[in-house]
Amino acid sequence: MGLSAPKTMRIAVVGASLAGMRAAETLRRHGFGGRLTIVGTERHWPPYDRPPLSKEVLGGKWPLERGLLRTELDPGTDDELDLRLGRRAIALDTTARTITLDDDTTVDYDGLVVATGATPRTLPGVQQTRGVHVLRTVDDMVALRADLDGPAHVAVVGAGFIGCEVAATCRQQLGHPVSLVETLAAPLVNILGEEMGELVAQLHRQHGVDTYFGQMVTGLEGTQRVDGVRLVDGTLVRADIVIVGIGVTPNTDWLEGSGLVVDDGVLCDATLAAVGAENVVAAGDVARWPHPLYDGELVRVEHWTNAAEQGEQAARTLLALLGDGDHEAEPFATVSYFWSDQYGTRLQLVGTTTGHDRAEHPEGGVTAYLRDERVIGALCVNRPNRTIPWRRAIEARAAWPVAP
Amino acid sequence: MRVVVDFDACQSNAMCQAEAPEVFEVRDDGFLYVLQEEPDKALRAKVEEAARLCPTQAITIDG
Repeated sequence: MGLSAPKTMRIAVVGASLAGMRAAETLRRHGFGGRLTIVGTERHWPPYDRPPLSKEVLGGKWPLERGLLRTELDPGTDDELDLRLGRRAIALDTTARTITLDDDTTVDYDGLVVATGATPRTLPGVQQTRGVHVLRTVDDMVALRADLDGPAHVAVVGAGFIGCEVAATCRQQLGHPVSLVETLAAPLVNILGEEMGELVAQLHRQHGVDTYFGQMVTGLEGTQRVDGVRLVDGTLVRADIVIVGIGVTPNTDWLEGSGLVVDDGVLCDATLAAVGAENVVAAGDVARWPHPLYDGELVRVEHWTNAAEQGEQAARTLLALLGDGDHEAEPFATVSYFWSDQYGTRLQLVGTTTGHDRAEHPEGGVTAYLRDERVIGALCVNRPNRTIPWRRAIEARAAWPVAP
Repeated sequence: MRVVVDFDACQSNAMCQAEAPEVFEVRDDGFLYVLQEEPDKALRAKVEEAARLCPTQAITIDG
């Protein structure tokens, strides 16, 4: 059996954002001509790219349409492409190989790509229905942008990458007074460490953001509309708009009872094949896999390039699992990459910082993160030409000292 | 084939260079340089992958 009998084979991709779309494109590009069903909760096609939603589109630099992902798929001419948009998968039976959707229809499959991504966490106990936002989808962005039209005090709760970027956009592009609230001592401190976290804190302060770090939020004030953020020390931060950026949880509820192993995402082997069922792969924010570069440590990566690259690789693994002799299931050992633009300062993180035991500054603008004297990650600040040399050092698991 | 870069969209993420260093290079000045605007067809797969991995969709392949 191989792809020579494509018309009878059916592959389902659940999740129609970057990872799912790239998986679907890769399947087609590598010769899969059978029924390809894509299920996605968002109604837009092609999907919206997420990074511009906190930057160019929110800030008004780009019109909405410019934020769409380019796609190689063509629903107009691909008769075997079945798009189920605005639909949510609610159950999976990996024995019967059936997915149940929220309109009570089912999708049968021979091969499955799980790319359902993640959902923003919300603050517990929030009563107010107006003025409180998360930012993940284009609908979130449209609602937030409408709220930001006109004078408003903005409070951003959570100084991770999303929170920091939204704070910067609201402050610099849109000119609002902004407060940035974070439980930890500095923005991004659990990713970048104290020193670089403090650098980001300074950036925000220099641009007039009021910062409340090391402060937990105990609740939101206001009746129907939010009007303040209450902190654990009793401080009330005035806010007409509260944007919550406190992380995401992988969308795996629908996989309960499916046979797949869910543990902070869908557990996969190194090739992105899901554990616990046949002919199932996972990709993107939802996938957890043993990373070969980090001694098989289980990781789940929430970055753009990971979704794009894993979408492609998961598709190749699936083709191999389905018996296509032209494809092999290979370990996914790609060096992770992340970028963030705040006030024109460019942060680029190659690799990981998780479990680093120390940080060094081998050259201007670069922080190298080490674990057991090997370079596992590197942060480049306004040094875009240095990301590739440091990427190579991380791929090589270079022992310190390293001067790439 | 011709490599076309939208330099307004390009943010020097250098994913293209990671994929096809023969064609793309982010230099000391922080800008992306296209080393070969019409690369040999042997580089097609790498260049197309570079276009797909560009996080700002700044690369188009003509032909």
